[in-house]
Amino acid sequence: MIITRPRDWDRIKANLSDIAARRVFVMGCGQCAAVAHTGGEKEVLETAERLRAEGYEVTGWAVGEVTCHLNGTKLESRKHRSEIDDADAVLVLACGAGVQTTADAIAKPVFPGLESLFLGTVIRNGIFEERCQTCGDCVLDKTAGICPVTTCPKGLLNGPCGGMWNGMCEVLTDRECTHVRIQRRLAEQGRTRNSTLEPKDFSTALKPGGVNIRQQGGGR
Amino acid sequence: MSRLRELLESGEFVVTGEVAPPRGTDLADMHASVDLLAPHCHALNVTDNQGASLHLSSLAASRAILERGIEPIFQQTCRDRNRLALQSDLLAAWSLGLENVLVVTGDDPRAGDHPHAKGVFDLDSTQLASIALGMNEGRDMMGRDLKGGTDFYIGAAMFPEAEPWDVQLARIEQKVAAGVRFFQTQAIFDMDKLQRAVDAVRPLGVKVIAGVLVIRSPRVVDFVNRNLAGLMVPDHVADRIRSASDPAEEAVRLAAEQVRDIREIADGVHVMPLGLDTEVGRILDGTG
Repeated sequence: MIITRPRDWDRIKANLSDIAARRVFVMGCGQCAAVAHTGGEKEVLETAERLRAEGYEVTGWAVGEVTCHLNGTKLESRKHRSEIDDADAVLVLACGAGVQTTADAIAKPVFPGLESLFLGTVIRNGIFEERCQTCGDCVLDKTAGICPVTTCPKGLLNGPCGGMWNGMCEVLTDRECTHVRIQRRLAEQGRTRNSTLEPKDFSTALKPGGVNIRQQGGGR
Repeated sequence: MSRLRELLESGEFVVTGEVAPPRGTDLADMHASVDLLAPHCHALNVTDNQGASLHLSSLAASRAILERGIEPIFQQTCRDRNRLALQSDLLAAWSLGLENVLVVTGDDPRAGDHPHAKGVFDLDSTQLASIALGMNEGRDMMGRDLKGGTDFYIGAAMFPEAEPWDVQLARIEQKVAAGVRFFQTQAIFDMDKLQRAVDAVRPLGVKVIAGVLVIRSPRVVDFVNRNLAGLMVPDHVADRIRSASDPAEEAVRLAAEQVRDIREIADGVHVMPLGLDTEVGRILDGTG
C-alpha cells in the first residue's frame, strides 16, 4: 500500500492562507491512508477539529471509499455538493494520487494534507517498510522475493558492496545487508544465484506511467 | 599492454599506491605525493570522488600522473554517472592512454560532502566490469560495434575480512565471470583471511593485490573505524598504536610486518600511507 504521513501543519495553513481560505471541506480516503492512520475517519475528524480550533469553518467532510478512483470520488463529491460549494478549499488526507483525483473531480482549490512516502508493507499496525519502486522490470524472481532495488540503499542488483560489515548494511547500519538476506533465503530454499543480474531497463519506469487494459496490448 | 598486467602475469610481486586528486585545480600536492610514491610503486590508483566528496576527476588526474611518468590505475565508481557517461569515460580513458581500470560501487552520497546528491548507481561494479570487457572485445553494452575498442586490464575490489565469507566469495566469482582479472583488497589485518581469499581465487587465474593501511596515530584508528565503510581496525592493532610511545614509528613497523607476510601470500601489495608517504620506502623494504 501507499504509505503517507501528515503534512507539516504550518505548510497546510500557509497553503490555505495563500488563497485566503477560511471555509474548508476535508476529504479522507478509506484505503491506504486509513490503514496508515493518516486519512481515515478518525484522522479526518481530528483534522476538522484542529481546523476549527484555529478559526477555520469546516463546511463538511467525507472519507472516499477509494479516493484515487475518479468516478468514485466524483460520486462522493456529489453526495456532499452543497458542503463543497460552501468551501473555499478542499484539504485531502490521501496520497498524491488521491489529491490529484480529488482535484480532477472537484472544481475547487485542492490542497494536500499528507506527504506520500512510499509503496510498502505493513509490518505490524503502525510499522511500515518500503518494498517496491514500481519500476516495471521486476527482479524478485531471481532475488528470493527481496527487492534489491528498493531495500539496498544504493539499489544495487549485484551485491554486497564494499561497505557491508558482518552482514550489516553500510548506509543503514542497524539493518542487515539486502544481498546477504537474498543469498541466505536462496540457500534456504535450495536455490543458487549463479548469474549476474543484467543492468536494469529504466525505460519501463519513464514518467508518467499509463495502462489501458481496454486496448490491445495493455499499456506502456 | 599495461605494465601492471605484464608484471603480474610474469609472476612478479607488484606494489601499488594511491593518490587522491585535489579538491580544486592545483595539482601540486598530488604531484608531490606521486613523486614520493613513484620510486617504490609499479602503478598508482587514482581515486574517483573518494568518500563521495568532490575532487578533480579521476580521468584527468590519471592522465596527469601518466604524464609525470607513473602508470595510473583509473578508478571508476558507479555512484556519480549513468551507463552512458561511464562508457563514454571508459572510451576517453583508453584514448588518453589509461590501460588499467578499477571498477567499484562507490560510497553512498550521504557519507560525503554533498549529502543531498542523487546516488546514480545505474550500474553496479560487476555490470561495469562486464561492460569494460565488452569494450575490450570492441562493442558497447548494447552490443554495437565500437569504432576502435579498448584493451583494459580490469580490476575490482575484494574484501577478504568482511563476513559472511560465502557471500563475499560468491561476489568475487561473479566479478571474475564479468571480466575482472585482478583484485585490490581492503586493508588486511588478518593474514589467515587473506590466505583464504587467495586460495579461493587461485583456480580462477586472477591476481590479488593486498591492501596495507598505515595507521599513524590513535586519531587515525578512530577515523578509520568511524568513516571508512567496510573496514574496522581490530583491537590488537588499535592497542599497539594507542600504547606506542611513537605511534607513527609503530605504524611503519606494523605495516612493514604486514608487507613481509603479504609477500608470502598474495601477488602484490597496495600501500595506503594515509599521510606517511615519506615512509613508504621503509615499509616496503622491510626496514620499518
